[in-house]
Amino acid sequence: MADKILAKDKLGEFLGKLQADYELHAPQEIEGKAQWAPLAQAEDALWEFSNTHMSPKEYFFPQTECMMRFVNQQDGEDGMVMHAEPELEGKRLLLNIRPCDAKAFSVLDMIFVQDEMTNDLYWKDKRDKTTLVGLACSDPCPTCFCTSMNCGPASTTGLDALLFDLGDKLLVRALTEKGEAVAEGLDEAGEAEAAAAEEQTKAAEAKITSEVGMDQVNARSVMELYEAGMWDRVYESCLNCGTCTYACPTCHCFDIQDETQGGEGRRVRNWDNCMSWLFTMHGTGHNPRGTKKDRVRQRFMHKFKYIPVKRGGEIGCVGCGRCVLLCPVNIDVRRVVNDMNA
Amino acid sequence: MEAVAEKIRETAAKLLSEGKVDCVIGYAQGSVPMRDYPYFAYTPEEAQNLTWSPFCCNNLANFLIRRPKGEIGKVAITAQGCVSRSIVGLIKENQIAREDVYILGVPSPGMVDRRKVAERFPLKTITEVTVDGEDLIVKGADFEERIPQKEVRRDNCYTCVQRNPVICDEMMAEEGPADWGGDIDKVAAPWEKLEPAQRWEAFVGEIDSCIRCYACRDACPLCYCHVCFVDESMPQWCGKTQDEADVATFHILRAFHCAGRCTDCGACESACPQGIKVRRFTSKIEKDIRELYDYTPGMDLEATPPLSVYRPNDPQEFIK
Repeated sequence: MADKILAKDKLGEFLGKLQADYELHAPQEIEGKAQWAPLAQAEDALWEFSNTHMSPKEYFFPQTECMMRFVNQQDGEDGMVMHAEPELEGKRLLLNIRPCDAKAFSVLDMIFVQDEMTNDLYWKDKRDKTTLVGLACSDPCPTCFCTSMNCGPASTTGLDALLFDLGDKLLVRALTEKGEAVAEGLDEAGEAEAAAAEEQTKAAEAKITSEVGMDQVNARSVMELYEAGMWDRVYESCLNCGTCTYACPTCHCFDIQDETQGGEGRRVRNWDNCMSWLFTMHGTGHNPRGTKKDRVRQRFMHKFKYIPVKRGGEIGCVGCGRCVLLCPVNIDVRRVVNDMNA
Repeated sequence: MEAVAEKIRETAAKLLSEGKVDCVIGYAQGSVPMRDYPYFAYTPEEAQNLTWSPFCCNNLANFLIRRPKGEIGKVAITAQGCVSRSIVGLIKENQIAREDVYILGVPSPGMVDRRKVAERFPLKTITEVTVDGEDLIVKGADFEERIPQKEVRRDNCYTCVQRNPVICDEMMAEEGPADWGGDIDKVAAPWEKLEPAQRWEAFVGEIDSCIRCYACRDACPLCYCHVCFVDESMPQWCGKTQDEADVATFHILRAFHCAGRCTDCGACESACPQGIKVRRFTSKIEKDIRELYDYTPGMDLEATPPLSVYRPNDPQEFIK
């Protein structure tokens, strides 16, 4: 499908039409920060922001998610009865998602959606029913390093459509059938507009000054990296809190709990993280990641070595920089990976 | 500030080269504006990376504990008033020995709250913040502004009662005046104006954005339990969900565990990725301890912590 054009002053009308088919969500200014929220009116959508404070992974992988409910009727004929949770009602559209966050979902698809026998139904249901309309970055942050992570300010992976903000109008590039449905009915863009989008992307790429090298990380064996001396310094200041993992768009570890009261209960899945010693604690009392060093190393090895090895070179990081900004002790992933690569 | 940093580097290098300590725990310049980070210098060369600035918002006493025994031997540590009080607390609670710590004392005029600076530039990216005397120069792609530090300090630095270190082995700068401080009772004051139902409303409103990363707990030198109550699994004491009851349980119990121990260093608030005013949860409990027991944590190595002592003349019946 050819690129389309949408005048900004027609945005209200355009989103109004979408609202009939989709539940709309977009980054908005909430308490001075760009944060995801349901979009009530077109004017609330942000167009100038670096990225949202937290990633939108909560839309597909909520921090707390009920997986099923159960009633124990041991005395009755039915015994334990399990009830599935309702699926997502209707369709959802995330407007102005940054390309890095959409890319993160495509990485997570590789993990949550592998084959019919093991697909994560909860993730897949929401992914299938959600359309991702991205907004290309024109003004990346000093902490962005997407171009080092198989991504970029106008990366299309994981997106259904990509918007380029050209001032008074938007260039709309449909990428999938879902994206075409969104762009349907819009006027075709001219060559000059496509060129402007191209120009903007180049300028944005040039603004990304953080570089992270992966060549040596890729070349070295798992054990060589695992045993590297650098880990003795990286972990020193780490608090082993979960900030980096919860802010991260690709971190996806969880813990499943059954909560019961009387004869009823629910199975609930909650975010968990490799920084927590409890995450790997065995029932025997043995902990394979018993020290802080083990846990800190795990997070970086998982993203930059294990995932690439297991998933055909894909990286478990998209370079969004949230962890760099939020880590209470400034453990900078760029510095860590460059040390792994040194 | 720079003179203090230079003195820290010089002293650290000397202590390390003379073998008086094995490690100096201080701060190094961070990779993002307003975030200097805990740094461990093991050699005189590494000591040159040490710094001191208004962006030193962790509590370094935290790094004296939670370490395998013998991992680092004798350490030197930079400590302003609140951190020195935390060290006193850790000594009294038998977590560290006085002789194992060499304290480089720093009088602190207060640290900058990076969120207060960021709030002045909503949705903008701050690329550089430098210190110019009493001011900060804040730069972004299309702005540059001068902000007096005294307008953007952390809340706890306004109500601080002890800016000078209470114990130290060597001062890195001249002590500030004795009456140099704020009114700690102000922290609890807003709670006292509220009815219980309003207090609850204010409390659950504040924890609404909590993501349970436990950065507040992990940044705190009081939280050294080998197994925190939220991590107890056999049996499990606290639910793991984002339901209000589970999140509230964590914050309420955390606050109670700090009673009579908190030095109001603000490390919890500085660590919180969500900007939750964590200190406020402990403030009323701390005020009660001050009033009921005439005790302020971490001020005196000899004083007995009120919650670890039983007196036969205790006025309450249930304890007898």
